[in-house]
Amino acid sequence: MVAVTTVGVLALQGDFREHVEVLGRLGVEAREVRQSGDVEGLDGLIIPGGESTTIGRLAVTYGLVAPIRRLIAAGHPVWGTCAGLIFLARDIGGYDQPLLGALNVVVERNAFGRQVDSFEIDLPVPALADVSPPDEAQRPFRAVFIRAPVVKAVGPGVDVLARLPDGTVVAVRQDHILGTAFHPELTDDTRFHRYFLRMVQARKGERRAHGGP
Amino acid sequence: MAEEKQVATWRVKVGLAQMLKGGVIMDVTSAEQARIAEDAGACAVMALERVPADIRAQGGVARMADPEKIIEIMEAVSIPVMAKCRIGHFVEAQVLEALGVDFIDESEVLTPADEEHHIDKHQFKVPFVCGCRDLGEALRRIGEGAAMIRTKGEAGTGNIVEAVRHARAVLGEIRRLQSMRPEELMAEAKKIGAPYELVKEVAETGRLPVVNFAAGGVATPADAALMMQLGVDGIFVGSGIFKSSNPYERAKAIVEATTHYNDPDVIARVSRGLGDAMAGLDVRQLAEAERLATRGW
Repeated sequence: MVAVTTVGVLALQGDFREHVEVLGRLGVEAREVRQSGDVEGLDGLIIPGGESTTIGRLAVTYGLVAPIRRLIAAGHPVWGTCAGLIFLARDIGGYDQPLLGALNVVVERNAFGRQVDSFEIDLPVPALADVSPPDEAQRPFRAVFIRAPVVKAVGPGVDVLARLPDGTVVAVRQDHILGTAFHPELTDDTRFHRYFLRMVQARKGERRAHGGP
Repeated sequence: MAEEKQVATWRVKVGLAQMLKGGVIMDVTSAEQARIAEDAGACAVMALERVPADIRAQGGVARMADPEKIIEIMEAVSIPVMAKCRIGHFVEAQVLEALGVDFIDESEVLTPADEEHHIDKHQFKVPFVCGCRDLGEALRRIGEGAAMIRTKGEAGTGNIVEAVRHARAVLGEIRRLQSMRPEELMAEAKKIGAPYELVKEVAETGRLPVVNFAAGGVATPADAALMMQLGVDGIFVGSGIFKSSNPYERAKAIVEATTHYNDPDVIARVSRGLGDAMAGLDVRQLAEAERLATRGW
């Protein structure tokens, strides 16, 4: 039996609707999160792509930083794509903008340059084998990078899930926190979303096993 | 498997517009204004020499901004920077691409350089946004390669009436297409002057294949929320911010009203005490020749 799962998508600015639609295709009704009360009762949260400065400032104004930090501290899975990865990071160099600081990485914003340098590329992501059909376990993931950040340095406890051919880190996982510099929500490939939902289900399973709420 | 980076794909161009959704793009004419816009939560800025209200007041030929001005603004902020070129002026567009702007607005706010043809936007690596008054015009621009659409509204008036008219026209025509039988779509494509393949796609999906923003006349938080409730994806504010008495507070309020467009309590709170909005013009008093929205073909 699968208990009802409530996954939130931070809906302050950016491509939150694309995430909501992918989750819908996977049978999960997402909750759009705009106010602090919307965080209550979430099993997991996706922070979408968009402008990280806009999202960060609105999150501060609407009192969302503390509830999201509590959600993460309680062990609920959180996934940031692009701007979401920036917002989750511990350190982004010289920029003065609000951060959640939960993911132990150093992120560089706009690492590839301006929009004319945005690109797409096929990336091997071995971690997705678990959510791929057996004959497609090795299938690369079409990764779309839009004015994208990269992970410059990885702290203790952080696993690298994907790199560009030159070795640049572009997807990471630290326990229940997932970060991708690219946008799985802009493609028809739902494997990253299924990977995240599996993290959410696993977390719920643990809590039930331990008699938690 | 493509292990090589592919730049300037359609998905990458449309993708940046998707990242701007739910946000506010603000006209700025200096590095200082750009920083105010970014601090207030703008998701992008439009780098200009003059805002539309001043172009309207001063008259003369309005051209692409001085590259010096655009570079100054690009260096001031980390958010995307857009810039305008004249309709049909593909060399101004080449210059803007060479400068590295993130988006080009082929804009009726500037004096058109070609009264028959728009730019072939497929030839560029940088994505384009174009204005429209109805679905046919939107689909013609998308057919030419625009990766984002906005209403024309009537720029520099602070009057939302034309943006409402254009958004209702586009969204209403989409609803009408959805109710048509397949064999009716070719005649409709001919009638509205739009590429058949795009008409068919819109009839099937019920939405434009690119992001659709409101522009031209947004002056208050309620204006922004009105356009969002009508169904656009985000907001351009031109003269409405830096022609008002308190730009930072007004900019921040418009950003918040765009995010919380369905929440009248938030819109009421952010609308309080903003000082004077830009003065504004009654569009009905404008002579036909003064209407910017009639530019574009």
